Amino acid sequence: MDDRTTNAIEVRNLEKGYKGVPVLHDVSFTVGRGTVFALLGANGSGKTTTINILTTLIKADGGTASVAGFDVAEQPAKVREQISLTGQSAAVDQMLTARENLAMMGELRHVTDPGRTVTDLLAKFDLSDAADRRLLTFSGGMRRRLDIAMSLVGDAPIIFFDEPTTGLDPKSRTDMWLTIRQLVENGTTVFLTTQYLEEADHLADEIAILHSGRIVASGTAEELKAMVPAGLVELEFDEEEQLSAARRALGDRHEVSRVDSKLVVATRRSVAEMADMFIRLKDSGIEPTGFSRQLPTLDDVFFKILDDHEKGRHADVR
Amino acid sequence: MRTFADTWTMTKRSLRHTTRSIDTIITVVLMPIAMLLLFVYVFGGAIGKQTGSIKYVDFIIPGVVILTVISGIAYAAVRLNTDLQRGIISRFRTMPVAPSSVLGGQALSSTLSNLFSCALVVMVALLIGFRPAADPTAWLLFCGLLVLLILATTWLAMFFGLLARSVEGAGAFSYILMLLIFISPSFVPTDSMTPALRTVADNQPMTPIVQTMRSLLTAGTPGPHIWVALAWVAGILVVSYTLALGVYRRSVPIPAAQ
Repeated sequence: MDDRTTNAIEVRNLEKGYKGVPVLHDVSFTVGRGTVFALLGANGSGKTTTINILTTLIKADGGTASVAGFDVAEQPAKVREQISLTGQSAAVDQMLTARENLAMMGELRHVTDPGRTVTDLLAKFDLSDAADRRLLTFSGGMRRRLDIAMSLVGDAPIIFFDEPTTGLDPKSRTDMWLTIRQLVENGTTVFLTTQYLEEADHLADEIAILHSGRIVASGTAEELKAMVPAGLVELEFDEEEQLSAARRALGDRHEVSRVDSKLVVATRRSVAEMADMFIRLKDSGIEPTGFSRQLPTLDDVFFKILDDHEKGRHADVR
Repeated sequence: MRTFADTWTMTKRSLRHTTRSIDTIITVVLMPIAMLLLFVYVFGGAIGKQTGSIKYVDFIIPGVVILTVISGIAYAAVRLNTDLQRGIISRFRTMPVAPSSVLGGQALSSTLSNLFSCALVVMVALLIGFRPAADPTAWLLFCGLLVLLILATTWLAMFFGLLARSVEGAGAFSYILMLLIFISPSFVPTDSMTPALRTVADNQPMTPIVQTMRSLLTAGTPGPHIWVALAWVAGILVVSYTLALGVYRRSVPIPAAQ
């Protein structure tokens, strides 16, 4: 970690198959220090496999991956000193109390003041009152909070979260987002996987979309959103004639579709395009009764990319 | 130094599991005690005539003690598999903790809890008329051989516990060990078996171990089979230790069905 110029994580042309079935193919990405990187994908897209390779749990078949400047295959012991993993299921010991779970992590991480570390984390994760109860009585949310607290013992500079909010209620999810933000404020690098576009949009500096083991798009949330029409403009009409006329007027220059009594016009981020739309309406003497603009979401991006991908086009915004 | 400290941390964790689930210890000793009573009071009348000068209850104690160990290590396998499925092994594997510390802690606590279970079973045996002829030296040798057997089979159990695809499957390997105990001179003299089974019985690891334990308890001497017995336990220990650490270094939870 001495070399401040190296990236937290560098992955080049990663390949992994399982019993002859390719799981990851030509996966490459870079995660800068102190940033949040989100690997976005559906179930079975290869997210956990990627995390397993980066956290030294399994070996890749090809390509290279380095974490904190150390090659995961060549120097796994060095990597383990720099990372912490919060897996998909809460890896907590049910037979122990919350305090004992944290104390065990303190001992294994050889922290200088284990007692204080444990007390602080119990307070931070709202577990002080339940600290000396065995986990058998804990709710799912409490177990997850303890799970994360255990990952934070020892202040690893790079933390991996595998679907941290899957199965959490909305309140716990918001808390989790807050925790991740605080980690990053303190200089921690966060690598997370998620199925939720909203989560990636909310947390990540950089997003890579993984589909069937390939990175099909990557960039910031803004860059990804720029790949789809910047906004859909909805035009409302009272009369059927007006709507048909508008459709004829715009149809040859714009992407127009009809939804109920509304006309939806897809526009990119250009004033000229918007102006053209309105000028055409004005020149044809068409007056919509109302119009509104909708901003694109990552959902739109996701489905467009998957659509493009099926058609064999690779989306790379870089 | 760090490895020792980590092994101790892991042992403490595992011992807490044991002391907090006294019901598990009871479950572990119940089967061998039931077997003991069954063999002594139900089959003992018929089989007991064939064990010569040795009283039947004295004859079967080594077998019952080994059954206790098998029952105990099956539980260790189940517990390790639970750790694996819950992601606890993944947590440890991504931390700077030596594999030998994680598994060594389990092995150490398994040894202690199995010795405790065996002591319980021997006490029941004493109550129903078990009268060993062993002096302290013979007892010490008996315990030494028992500890080696517990260690060897615990590492074997951990190998299967890490290999199993489900918690239910993790303990299944113990049935093979159970079978070996029954196809050995543990409960009946082998000369009453069919020739084929007798060949199996005379050449499998449990036989010299049982014979040596029995000799220590009933005659106070290790007898002629001790070296073969030691060779078997040492061999099983080395192979299982290597296999268990090997599979630990590769084990990840089976992904949930999607």
